[in-house]
Amino acid sequence: MTAEPAKIAKLDAEGLSLRSVSLWQITWRRLFKRKSAILGMVILGILILIAFTAPILAPYDPTLSMLDANPPQNLERRSAPCIHLFGCPADQPQHILGTDGNIRDEFSRLLYGARVSLWIGLSTVTFAIVIGTVLGALGGYFGGWIDNLIMRTMDVLLAFPSLLLAIAIVTVLGPGLTNALLAIGIVSIPAYARVVRASVLSVREMDYVSATRALGGNTFQILFRRILPNALTPLIVQGTLGIATAILDAAALSFLGLGAQPPMAEWGSMLGAERNQVFTAPHLVFYPGLAIMLTVLSFNLLGDGLRDALDPRLAHVS
Amino acid sequence: MTTYILRRLLLSIPVLFGILFATFALSRLIPGDPCRAMLGEKATDAVCNEFISRHGLDKPIPVQFGVYVNEIVHGDFGRSFRFSKPVTDLLMERLPITVELAFSALLVSILVGIPLGVISAVRHNSWLDVLTMLWANIGVSMPVFWLGLMLAYIFALTLKDTPFQLPPSGRLSPGVLTTPFYEVWGLPLSHGFFFTVADFIGRMNILNSVLSANWETLGDAIKHLILPAVALGTIPMALIARMARSAMLEVLGQDYIRTARAKGLTRNVVIMKHAFRNALLPLVTVIGLSLGGLLGGAVLTETVFNLSGVGRILYDAITARDYGIVQAFTVVIAVFFVVLNLLVDISYAYLDPRIRLD
Repeated sequence: MTAEPAKIAKLDAEGLSLRSVSLWQITWRRLFKRKSAILGMVILGILILIAFTAPILAPYDPTLSMLDANPPQNLERRSAPCIHLFGCPADQPQHILGTDGNIRDEFSRLLYGARVSLWIGLSTVTFAIVIGTVLGALGGYFGGWIDNLIMRTMDVLLAFPSLLLAIAIVTVLGPGLTNALLAIGIVSIPAYARVVRASVLSVREMDYVSATRALGGNTFQILFRRILPNALTPLIVQGTLGIATAILDAAALSFLGLGAQPPMAEWGSMLGAERNQVFTAPHLVFYPGLAIMLTVLSFNLLGDGLRDALDPRLAHVS
Repeated sequence: MTTYILRRLLLSIPVLFGILFATFALSRLIPGDPCRAMLGEKATDAVCNEFISRHGLDKPIPVQFGVYVNEIVHGDFGRSFRFSKPVTDLLMERLPITVELAFSALLVSILVGIPLGVISAVRHNSWLDVLTMLWANIGVSMPVFWLGLMLAYIFALTLKDTPFQLPPSGRLSPGVLTTPFYEVWGLPLSHGFFFTVADFIGRMNILNSVLSANWETLGDAIKHLILPAVALGTIPMALIARMARSAMLEVLGQDYIRTARAKGLTRNVVIMKHAFRNALLPLVTVIGLSLGGLLGGAVLTETVFNLSGVGRILYDAITARDYGIVQAFTVVIAVFFVVLNLLVDISYAYLDPRIRLD
């Protein structure tokens, strides 16, 4: 019997076909049914595009003061946004979002800031996931005093308000973006360790794990090939939401002068440097903050969407 | 219940010990000479030798830890070289301001967040629901310091000379005076435990002006606190609204709600008496968890609004590298946070008897 492709497609659309669909396909499909998740992905996509093409999109060097520009430009500090279409003197160069206190082009700095923020989010969360996974897996698998030691240490880390602990760590290590990233990475470890430990505990005693052991699999194989894949979905959700928190915390540290140092184009430090000028040059505070908000929002929306899409309780509604 | 509280108290002892150990370890990781790190670059050798022997910094590490714990248990956090007074005194002066701010923020977030969440659950999928959830998503994504600065710009500059104008910084307008309530009451307090407590309360402007019946100061203090409280309270407000909505949705889908409606009870009675009470439980957790964020966010809010609370002094201490203050404040706030979490757990057990049996 030859199945007609059109008929199969119709059955597919109604969810009646018996063709196997992988978890990722289901997730992907469900993700695209949620408007908020789509919005998150669109914003994130634009940000990633901006981050990659910043050198092409940016009209000026983000760290170049217009005083040093060639030819030198006749601009004041913190000039208001100037767009030729909206009545900016034609002899003046165009600064779409104005210039900052060091007469650098705010728009270019904003574009380059996307690189820093995405890098901050990805690097801290990767660091925290790797360490948290190892700690959580060890604790959950071996139990006993190892588990106790690891989880009580995590409890202590959780006992501090995260931003405050990050501040304390950076104060000791010294200000700077690398140290700020390390601090944020450290304070986010407990969340991942707990997630991984919980999934390890839930499958540790299952028959298929015992079967692998009986077949002669070593601890490493059991842990990484059989047990840890179960922790993947909660880790993805936690990680996406964690990126949002990490970016927000890093921006806060930079705002306080503990993170990215000048002249780096980082949104938090751009905002911090101009915060006393909020009444005279509000654009220098508004745009970096808006950029932070949109970035964090995109990860939050995507994380929420992923949580719903990966929820096995909703598995039949694909 | 008593056994539960006792067990919970005992469980928090290792955590408290861990906090002390972590801050101790941090203070020993400070690069360079601990004496000059604590007392400033200009400390002379004689002063440093005295400092080192007094704090036992020449002794083995376990002994040093013992000395450190002993000092902290006795409320001795050392001296701040920047303010040249004991850190404990500074804490007692500044903590009331932060506590006042954090509780006002929490109040704002609960008073706005819970109704928003409940309404959007009741009117599930209406435009109000969509709007609330959009706002909640934006709310958790906004940097506190940015929101604070924008609020200051809008309410102090754009709305200047309108009835909505609000001050962008400080705690009281110039010329507005506040007298500690114990002086108004004529209590002869100048030192001792009761003075410390009275002084702590007296430094919270709102509470103090209510206690001393000074309504003009009360109005001014509230005006100054609105913007910081809204800025700081927005993230917890969004979290509370989301949690209230999902908890309510879950409860509203239960059979007993349909039964209650079928019995002929009005919609409002069912929502408030049958549904809301049962949705309260997860809310207590969210509220408890947001307190930690509030204390961290207070550093940023106080910096933006120039409030001289713990957060502001912490910021100053960071820039001046006054490690003693950073360390002391980290310990105190972490302990404060642990105690708050303990209270949340206990109230949780009180609200849900099943938890006590675990």
